[in-house]
Amino acid sequence: MSTDIPGGKGPAVKLADADFANDLREHDMRSAVRDYRDRIRSGELGALPAILGLTGLIVLFTALKPETFLSEGNIANLFTQALPITILAMGLVFVLLLGEIDLSAGVASGVCAAVMAKLMVDSGQPWYVAVLSAVAVGIVLGTAIGWLVSVLRIPSFVVTLAFFLGIQGITLWMIGEGGTVPVRDDVIVALANKNMPVPLGWTLAALCAAGYAATQLLRWKRQRDRRLHSRPLQLVVAQSAVVAVVLLAGTYLLSIDRAPSPLITLAGIPWGVPLVGVLLIGCTFVLSRTAYGRHIYAVGGNAEAARRAGINVTRIRISVFMIGSAFAAVSGIVAASRLNSVATDAGGGNTLLYAVGAAVIGGTSLFGGRGKARDAVLGGLVIAIIENGLGLLGTKAYLSYLITGVVLLLAASIDALARRRRSSTGR
Amino acid sequence: MAENGDPVLHLTGLNKSFGAVHVLHDVDFTVRRGEVMALVGDNGAGKSTLIKCIAGIHPTDSGTITFEGAPVQIGSPRDAAALGIEIVYQDLALADNLDIVQNMFLGRERRKGLVLDEASMEEAARQTLARLSVRTVKSVRQQVASLSGGQRQTVAIAKAALWDSKVVILDEPTAALGVAQTRQVLDLVRRLAETGHGVVLISHNMNDVFEVADRITALYLGRVAADVATSDVTHGQVVELITAGRSGDLGLAPQTAAESI
Repeated sequence: MSTDIPGGKGPAVKLADADFANDLREHDMRSAVRDYRDRIRSGELGALPAILGLTGLIVLFTALKPETFLSEGNIANLFTQALPITILAMGLVFVLLLGEIDLSAGVASGVCAAVMAKLMVDSGQPWYVAVLSAVAVGIVLGTAIGWLVSVLRIPSFVVTLAFFLGIQGITLWMIGEGGTVPVRDDVIVALANKNMPVPLGWTLAALCAAGYAATQLLRWKRQRDRRLHSRPLQLVVAQSAVVAVVLLAGTYLLSIDRAPSPLITLAGIPWGVPLVGVLLIGCTFVLSRTAYGRHIYAVGGNAEAARRAGINVTRIRISVFMIGSAFAAVSGIVAASRLNSVATDAGGGNTLLYAVGAAVIGGTSLFGGRGKARDAVLGGLVIAIIENGLGLLGTKAYLSYLITGVVLLLAASIDALARRRRSSTGR
Repeated sequence: MAENGDPVLHLTGLNKSFGAVHVLHDVDFTVRRGEVMALVGDNGAGKSTLIKCIAGIHPTDSGTITFEGAPVQIGSPRDAAALGIEIVYQDLALADNLDIVQNMFLGRERRKGLVLDEASMEEAARQTLARLSVRTVKSVRQQVASLSGGQRQTVAIAKAALWDSKVVILDEPTAALGVAQTRQVLDLVRRLAETGHGVVLISHNMNDVFEVADRITALYLGRVAADVATSDVTHGQVVELITAGRSGDLGLAPQTAAESI
């Protein structure tokens, strides 16, 4: 097989099989599978560990708690539990992509939620003003952190540790010791407590599944038509099918009436889920389709190379902390909606650890340069399942801490081992 | 249309001092289209400074730079890139986590509106690699992390050739490579010249220099000791030019060579 490269001046260049053009070869089922296995072997794990972990945990908890874990009520609960973790983790993915860390993201979500609650309760502001103010506070915090990290060059670990302590003080000062601010606004409360109408849920799920399959297939076709590198069609189809099955199965489970009493109906997808969906699509688009996203990966992979390529590394660094803290604000709002209040310890405790854990379990590297927005969703589900399942089992608190810690370490080890594998398979 | 052999980049009487240290003395240097010009000299002879002056990293004190017949000022790396001067540094400045196409277009991505135009970038990268007859990489969508040293060098050189560049400067491209990989890179350097680039090769390795260079400029303590055709000199003469500034009739006048020390 030889390939003509069209376009350009002069005679078309011929590429023989021995050239780099063998990435254009056709795939059959066997070679597609082999291709995928080779990638896994060379340390390109992708979403595999998270999906295996997710499946394993679901099987485990179903076996241990057959009647409660997979009950409709608990599944809905699981999703709302995962919402704040996932949103926080999605913002952290941007920070982790640069190989930085934001230890203050958890408490930043708390202070932003407190700002929102205070504005609504004390000043009677409408919800959208309160939400925008909370996000603005997040952006200001992120800008300050980013400036200290990228202009003064203080390690992000230290800057955000200082913010971690300081922000808790601000939350305490705002709410008052031992106090809580109730959140009663209908729109905010609905985020984690109200469900979409069932038909709307089905429509959205079907649209998303079809949209995903269509974009993947169209891209595959475009690449093939222009004789560019494309993934095996089998893989594209399989992936689209899995996404469709997951979306529709999730919708089905959430559309079953889960009300404890037969007098009322309680069914549908919680409103927070499409919010995460929108954020996921937005982040994925920015990271994989825009120059800004490309530059984030470049700075995370080799900051010096990015600088020489004319990329403004300082601006990229500041921007990821802004994104991280803005997402923290949204996460805080969703958490406040779930609890119907904001307490002084909002976003404290293990909130941040869960979010970092979620990102890393999903496949985002702590070393920078590798990670996707979807990692936050997969990892967030894993963390929520662990939290939820251990709760159902009535595990003692000390054991829950230990187990969550071990899971985080396990994810970080997989990350480190995959990285070693990648650097040792250089040909 | 420029012919092979026409001077692309021409420097005359270039001087550069850092404080009291006079690093470059009246340096004349010419790069011709379709030719490989080797730039040799001992450590501290001024090779890097000369390159950085051409790259716009250091401002020059005096002297003129002519590019394709017209006098130019190179005040910043951006100016150099705009003229079509590309430099491949020793540490290759590639991002490991990006693939070959992404690295070749890093910082100069093609866009369609807001979205990256991946298809046209991949096509251009393929064409450049094919033009340079690169046969050693499996896929243009391979991550740079999985490439060997020689393949990385290949990508870095191809990146420089992608931009319609007129002059490509290679800083010790074979320094860290094994025999087979050195072979590949030297072939690539030759092809770079054959495809109409003016190539500057900085190297300490005389075998490499004699294998691919058309001309040799030897620097000795900041002065040009000789600018000679490779076919007119021997290994021994070039080594003498590098170490003593002169070799028989070639090189600096005895007193100049002596007083430079």
